[in-house]
This record gives sequence, C-alpha cells and structure tokens, in this order.
Amino acid sequence: MAKDKNKDKDKQSASSGRRAMIKTLATVPVLGAMAYGVYQKSKYDHIRRNVSDVFKLDNIAPTVMQTQPNGQQIRLGMIGFGIRGKQLMRAAGFAEPSHIDALKEACMKNSRDSRYKDYMEQEDLNVVVNGVCDIFDVYGEAAVLTGSNKYREGVNGKFGPAPKRYRHYKELLAADDIDAVIIAAPDHWHGTMTIEAAKAGKHVYCEKPMSWTVPETYLIRDAVKQSGIVFQLGHQGRQTDSYLKAKEIIDKNILGSVNLIEVCTNRNAPNGAWVYDIIKGSSPDTIDWKQFEGNEERIREYADYMKANGLERYMGPQERNHFSLERFFRWRCWWDYSTGLSGDLLTHEFDAVNQIMKVGIPHSATSSGGVYFFKDGRTVPDVLQTTFEFPDKNLTMLYSATLANERNRGKVFMGHDASMELSNTITVLVDPRSTRYKEKINQGIIRPNVPFFNYVPGQTEVDAITSATELYFAQRGLVNSYIGGKKYDTTFLHIREWLECIRGGLTPSCNIDQGFEEAMAAHMGTRAYLEGRTMYWDKDKEEITRS
Amino acid sequence: MKVKILYTTPQLCGLVVLRVLVGWHFLYEGIVKILNPKWTSYAYLMDAKGIFRKGYHFIADNPGFLKIVNILNEWGLFLIGLSLITGCLTRMSTIGAMALLAVYYLSHIPFVGADYLLPSEGAYLWVDKNLIEIAVLFVLLVFPTSRITGIDRFIFKDQAKVKPVK
Repeated sequence: MAKDKNKDKDKQSASSGRRAMIKTLATVPVLGAMAYGVYQKSKYDHIRRNVSDVFKLDNIAPTVMQTQPNGQQIRLGMIGFGIRGKQLMRAAGFAEPSHIDALKEACMKNSRDSRYKDYMEQEDLNVVVNGVCDIFDVYGEAAVLTGSNKYREGVNGKFGPAPKRYRHYKELLAADDIDAVIIAAPDHWHGTMTIEAAKAGKHVYCEKPMSWTVPETYLIRDAVKQSGIVFQLGHQGRQTDSYLKAKEIIDKNILGSVNLIEVCTNRNAPNGAWVYDIIKGSSPDTIDWKQFEGNEERIREYADYMKANGLERYMGPQERNHFSLERFFRWRCWWDYSTGLSGDLLTHEFDAVNQIMKVGIPHSATSSGGVYFFKDGRTVPDVLQTTFEFPDKNLTMLYSATLANERNRGKVFMGHDASMELSNTITVLVDPRSTRYKEKINQGIIRPNVPFFNYVPGQTEVDAITSATELYFAQRGLVNSYIGGKKYDTTFLHIREWLECIRGGLTPSCNIDQGFEEAMAAHMGTRAYLEGRTMYWDKDKEEITRS
Repeated sequence: MKVKILYTTPQLCGLVVLRVLVGWHFLYEGIVKILNPKWTSYAYLMDAKGIFRKGYHFIADNPGFLKIVNILNEWGLFLIGLSLITGCLTRMSTIGAMALLAVYYLSHIPFVGADYLLPSEGAYLWVDKNLIEIAVLFVLLVFPTSRITGIDRFIFKDQAKVKPVK
C-alpha cells in the first residue's frame, strides 16, 4: 500500500514538474518564430539587394585633391572684394574680423551653430595675401584688414602684416611679390583681368563666368595656354561629392541612354535677384567709376555685337559714364556689365552636366524668357529657358530659371532605364519601361518609380536600399555632417585644388578648356535670348553661327 | 507581507499575450539595429526638440557618448524584448523598457506646434505610441505574469507566486 502511495506521489510530482516546466517555458517558442521571421526577412532583403548583376557601382567614396606637406607658400593677390570676393577670401583662409565676430556670436547664441568651429578648423592653405585691389574704398580697406587676418580673429584680435592696397588691378598684376590672383570683379572684367594676369605670369582663379564677350573668350584661352599659368574657373561644384559619384553612375551606364537633362534655378528673394544693398560710404569720391566702366576694347566688342544685331534696346539705358550706385552694386541686372542668368547661374548647371557627362559645347541653343517680375529697370531677364541640343550625344539639356519662385526642381538626368535626381545626395529611380531592369522589375526585386538607389555623401558603402528615414535626414544635411566627420566648403576645396596644381604643376578640374566650353555655351544661350533665334556652334571653325 | 494576485485564465492569457507582443516589438527593433552596422541614433537625437533637446544634441555631438548610447539602445531593446517574451527578470526589464520609452517620448513630445524632421506614421497630440506603450508596460508591471508563465517561475520558485483563480 505504502509503495503504491509513493508511486502515486512520484507520478503526481512528475506530472506537476512537467506542468511547471511547460508554464516556465511556455512563451520561449515565440523566439523560434522571431528567428524564423528574421531569417525570412534577411533572405528577402538579400534578394532585393542582390542587383549586382545590373547595378555595378564601386564602394569607393570620391576623393578630392589634398594639400601636400612642405609645399611652397603661395603669395596671393585679390582683385574685387564684393560679396563673392569676401567668400573667396574666407575660403582661402582670410575672413573679415567682423565676420569672425558674427560667427562667434551666432555660436554663443546657439551651440548647434558650428560655423565658427568649422571655420577655425578649416585647413591652412599655406598662402599669404600680399596685395588687394578694389575700386571702392570701403571694400579696398576691408580687403586690407582681411588680408592681414591670418590668425582668423575678430575686430579686437591680433593681425599679421597688412597686404598692400592697389587702386588699379594693373598695378597689382605688376607686383613682384604676387604669384597668383583671385579675380572676383564684375563679369565684364573677368576676361581682361585674366588675360593680363596670364601675360604677367600670375596664376589665376577666376570667378564664373569666364568671359563677358565672345571675342575675348578666344583671347583668354590663348593667353592662358601660351603663358602656361594654372587657371581655375570658379565652378566649385566640381568638388561636390555627389557630382563625382554621379559621374560614375553615368560612366557605368546605370541610367541607360540619357536623352534629356533638366536643370533649374529657382530663387525668390531680392538678394537672389541681384538687388544687393547700397553700401554706406559709397559716392563718386570713394568709387573709381572710370575703372568700373570697363576695358575699352571689351566695351567696343560688346557695343559692336549689340548694334550689329539691332539690340540697342538692351544697352544702357543710362550712359556708361553716368555714375550710378545702383549700377555699381547691382551690376548683374544690366547687360552693360553682366551676363545675366546665363552667365551667373546657367553656367553652374552647365558645368555640372559637363563635369558629369563631358558634353562639351552644345550644337545649338534656343532661349526665351523676359523681365516678368523685377520691373526695376533691369535689362537682363528674371525668367529664362534655354534649350541646348547635343545631337551627337542624342541629348537635350533644358535649363529653366525663375527669380520669383523658390520651388526646388533639382537636376534630373532622364535615361531609358532610370532617372537620377542630383543634389547633395543622389536618388536613382528605375523607369517602369526599362529594358535593362525589366527582369528585376518582373521579379519584384526592383520597384520602379520609387527611390531604388541612394547615395549619401560621406558614406563609404553604396547601398541599393538606404532606409527612407536615413535618406530623409541625409537630404537635410544631418547625416553627412556626422559621417564625414565635418562638412567641407566646396569653394575651399576648389581653391585648394588650384593651389595644389600650382605647387605640383598639375591641371585643375575646371581648367581653361572647361572654361572655354562653359563660356561659349553661356554666350550661345545669351545670344539666342537676345536675338530671339537659335544659335549654332560650328565645331570646325569654333564659332557661334546663326544657321 | 506579499500580496498574491489571482487571475482568471482569460486574464492571465490576455496579460501574457500582451507581454509577449510588447516583447516582440522591442526584440525586433533591437535585432534590426544590431544587424545594421551603419545604424546610429545620431539623426534621431539631432531631431530632438522641446525642453530636453540640448541634452540629446549634446549626446549626438560627442562621438564617445553617441557610441555608448547606440550600444545601450540596440542591446537594451534586444535584452528587454528577450526578457519580456521569455518572462525572465521581467520586473527589471519592464522598468527598463518604461525608462527607454520615456527617453524616446521626451525627445519627440507631440506638443502643439512641434515640428519634427522625422516623418511620423500617424497624427499625434500629446499622446503618441511611446506613451501608450509606457502605459501598457505599467499595466504589465502591476499585473505581473512571469512567475506564472515564464522563466521567473523557475528563478523565483521559492518566493510567493501570483496564482490564477481556480
């Protein structure tokens, strides 16, 4: 009996133990379900990511030229110290003390504002500013102070030796203690100053556009090539990380045959439409108006072209020798000094496309537009459409600009197989009718018309599927400032490249040949607008023609 | 004196299912982050707004801190998820989960006028999914089940147990 009782007890105990074990581990199988789900998901993602047979890109981040140690110090001269001149000097390592104070103050008000820190950490380019030139006394004196600010300090800071102020650019170009010049004068001076600098043996960094008239464009090229100086045109987009990656995408034919490129300018503020402030202290006594008017030969080229084509209505309307503060500070609004939207903004877009696709000078250009919003007496249009044709490349490039609307339209490269949207990031969308990706689309591996490939600058790995959130943040500049360690100013990189080319006898990315192509494309667009007819490029004669 | 909580079977089932589902949510969030070597909380932290934003930005700005926070977050999610599903050390993990969710909530409080870069999957005012999940975890904390169904039954076998109503 006792034995049976013990047996029952054992049975009960074993059964209770089993029940307890089941209760203890009842939910553990859920982990198995999770493991299976994760496995299935990874497998699915792996299949989705496995597009290497049709989507071959290197996992290499684009590189830019670095400063070599122990290079020679380059002695700079600065011509023009307006808005862009100041930016270029900052990029070269010399900021106005008031700018430094403003950055410091902004940083103190908002600890998230890293501009002061970034600027102080900007690499020293091993240059010295020995001469500055501006025809407006306030700018000239500011340039002297800035050129001496080698310690990057504020108004009450310590300064180095002051550069000499020249009142005429020719005096600066004649100086023996200057090796290279940065030209940031108005458009109508770019060509003349570059030619004379080249003749004086000074290396040149010239702001875009390269030229104001067509005839001077040939002279610039000849002068630069004959002198052997290192010339860099100021299209700093050449240093943009995503443009370099975009070139790889084009070169590897990821988009298929690209037949249409759409590039745009959208601005909607007086400053963006060149209505700049009239600076205090400006008067006929403080501005050398005679020098501002321009080089006589250039003015003749300009006037000859306008008159020969019945375009006098676009000249003036004020006499060239009539002093005007508006025309001095807002010179971009008049053809008398400016190259309009074509020279100022189309050139950036054209140069980006030329950098990525090596399109060269277009076969033809057609333009339209007008002064539709800023009825302030300007002669250059505030709305402009220019269509460039490249029949030998089966390509049209469409430039569309307005200065009265800020809607971002981006740069879009439209290929038979995919489209590429290019900004600081790259997004590739596969076309639903693509031939190359047809099989992958049918298999559900590629979903057309949704972002398929994203490139986020600073990432060394190229991922076919970046998460939507990551891309969202990247497009707002949050990710690349972290991943890259720090953000670079592309103008700084562009100047650094130029200086390194001087030191090493190399050719910069936006050299004279690229500049010649940029200038001629812009002139074709401008002439097409002014004359109201299509302009053609005669490749053999290297001339702009009308038929 | 320990208070015994008695559940009916449906009550127990409901609470266990709730615990496992919350655990699943945490565990998968953790696994996704651990499996993605590029994952970082940087952008999320940078997107923080409201009165605590400076603290979040401070962490994001310091690579050392950020690394620690990244590890704590991904492994915290993973371990909390594992704990809730298996019912192992559930009291501790429930409190940890509530703290973690509070950190998320405070970084992106859906106040009137709050405007975040992070795309939201729904429309929120004051109450968001983090706050709701905190409340759910509170319920699980005061109505524990892991000593009935879960590994805690084994770990705490010598202590008073909550028992279902017979």
